[in-house]
Amino acid sequence: MKILVCISNVPDTTSKINFTEGDTKFDTNGVQFVINPNDEFGLTRAMWFKEKQGATIHVATVGGPAVEPTIRKALAIGADEAVRINAEPTDGLFVAQQLAEIIKTGAYDLIIAGRESIDYNGGMVPGMISAILNFNFINTCIGLEIEGNTATAIREIDGGKENISTTLPLIIGGQKGLVEESDLRIPNMRGIMMARQKKLNVLEPVETNHGTEDIKFEKPAAKGAVKLVEADNISHLIDLLHNEAKVI
Amino acid sequence: MSVLVYTESDNGKFKKNAFEAASYAYKLAEQLSTSVTTITINASDSEEIGTYGVSKILKVTNDKLSIFNAKAVATVIAQAVENEGASTIVVSSSTDTKYMASILAGLLKAGYCTNVVAPPLSTNPLVVKRTAFSNKGFAHTQFKTDINIIGVSSNAYGIFENKVSPEVENFEPNLTDSDFSVQSVNIDKVVGKATIADADIVVSGGRGLKGPENWGMIEELAEVLGAATACSKPVSDMGWRSHSEHVGQTGKPVASNLYIAIGISGAIQHLAGINASKVKVVINTDPEAPFFKAADYGIVGDAFEVVPELIEKLKEFKAQNA
Ligand SMILES: Cc1cc2nc3c(=O)[nH]c(=O)nc-3n(C[C@H](O)[C@H](O)[C@H](O)COP(=O)(O)OP(=O)(O)OC[C@H]3O[C@@H](n4cnc5c(N)ncnc54)[C@H](O)[C@@H]3O)c2cc1C
Ligand SMILES: Nc1ncnc2c1ncn2[C@@H]1O[C@H](COP(=O)(O)O)[C@@H](O)[C@H]1O
Repeated sequence: MKILVCISNVPDTTSKINFTEGDTKFDTNGVQFVINPNDEFGLTRAMWFKEKQGATIHVATVGGPAVEPTIRKALAIGADEAVRINAEPTDGLFVAQQLAEIIKTGAYDLIIAGRESIDYNGGMVPGMISAILNFNFINTCIGLEIEGNTATAIREIDGGKENISTTLPLIIGGQKGLVEESDLRIPNMRGIMMARQKKLNVLEPVETNHGTEDIKFEKPAAKGAVKLVEADNISHLIDLLHNEAKVI
Repeated sequence: MSVLVYTESDNGKFKKNAFEAASYAYKLAEQLSTSVTTITINASDSEEIGTYGVSKILKVTNDKLSIFNAKAVATVIAQAVENEGASTIVVSSSTDTKYMASILAGLLKAGYCTNVVAPPLSTNPLVVKRTAFSNKGFAHTQFKTDINIIGVSSNAYGIFENKVSPEVENFEPNLTDSDFSVQSVNIDKVVGKATIADADIVVSGGRGLKGPENWGMIEELAEVLGAATACSKPVSDMGWRSHSEHVGQTGKPVASNLYIAIGISGAIQHLAGINASKVKVVINTDPEAPFFKAADYGIVGDAFEVVPELIEKLKEFKAQNA
């Protein structure tokens, strides 16, 4: 089985978000970048396929040279080979078309992407790829087993779960549940050393259109101070929620 | 060219997000000086959607679609888009619809913008305002394609009535077996309980509650309020509550009208996922807990004393206001 894990490079969850150049660009100053958490669960699931079922893992990212430490980390965790498409990932449709191109030539059986990137929160790249390539697609995937050409999966739905059956080639939008938090791997010294020897191919983007463009950013308006209610005056809270906030 | 809105139904009944999407589509159609057409699948009382400004209904009735199938629904809508010559499509943000719309965008090679919180800032070019960076910022996003899909956030724009008598047209999609190659085996869903995605009110518990045995009062508070229950990440990691209740940046997003956080410190990753909620209440013993900076109302106090008292007072309040 040949697996491609799509990795997006995102600001660490603790990052303060600021904008520059007249609020037209995300300010990367002082920001630590990491593997998108949803993709990290997917990469770990892929490692299990590798260890138990002898799968090969490639990782792919669309991004400039600055994303290489993130993709090297994926290699250090255990991916076999990496590809970076040398372009700014400006919007979902563009990224999906770029990734679709390498999936077409790579003859992958399984594509593991994340439910969403935590930076732009698009939640669209894997679904778009599935439509472009006519692959089966399962989103918000929290469990996946593959036997031969058959996949059984669990999808999170509003208020519950759905068991799903389908066939390869398959793409998933994964999240926590694929593996647990405690299963995530931290690269060890040996992994980091080995990663240096592994192939990281850099490809130029193919000509495609863009779906959208972010032209300006805003920070949320500053919030007013909290209204404190005494613990022995709960009725006052109910009164505020009913008459002032009008939410009950 | 009308605006096309997909209005989702469940067991034949429209969901709340269908009314939100229709209301948004009506506002957009007004700005574009056009009308709203909807596509509904197996909605039994489809005309109800006319209340929210929809003037034409493409009604699909098809047994094969009685269980949601993202690819098949995307195929149906793509055919409707082509039939109507629609260039702007409005969808909601439910889990099913987001799944479907990402496929639809790929089929149509359409620009797709999710988490949209306000009517377009401009229509030519089409620019919308959306949340980004897990609610730590907003982006003004311009569409670059001929066909555009707007995904409206839950509980953001609102529901507005604009009564019209819609024209109903039966729509026969052309579906093949390959549209159903991802098959539902079975669905395991809590019925009759509010879900985090749909609920107006969410009651959430954190590590401050000490253990799973103490969740009775959280459940009871939620029941009194008709709320969904949620929890912080460590609570689900430790197995006190199921993963499906984990909210935050790496869990489920919450955009409720009221979010009540009990024994939750308010870590940045937690707040990022729940900040889209309109009104936030915190109950915490520690006045220095970061949640107090993010909340609208707060009680510094012990959850084990405050929550039972809150349940009693709310019961009285509900009895008086019934
Ligand atoms: C990559 C990453 C992603 C993450 N994603 C998420 C996420 O999506 N969602 C999420 O929630 N977290 C997330 N976290 C974890 C987050 O950083 C915090 O660790 C977590 O939110 C803390 O949970 P808590 O508030 O329940 O627990 P704690 O931080 O331990 O807080 C417990 C609170 O309860 C209060 N308390 C104690 N006793 C009582 C009492 N009797 N009555 C009332 N209050 C009491 C305490 O004062 C304290 O403020 C993430 C972390 C990382 C690194
Ligand atoms: N620039 C990128 N490079 C590689 N994969 C990406 C990129 N952007 C998004 N993805 C993948 O698509 C998923 C969903 O991302 P998004 O649609 O941007 O929210 C991510 O979890 C990744 O798996």
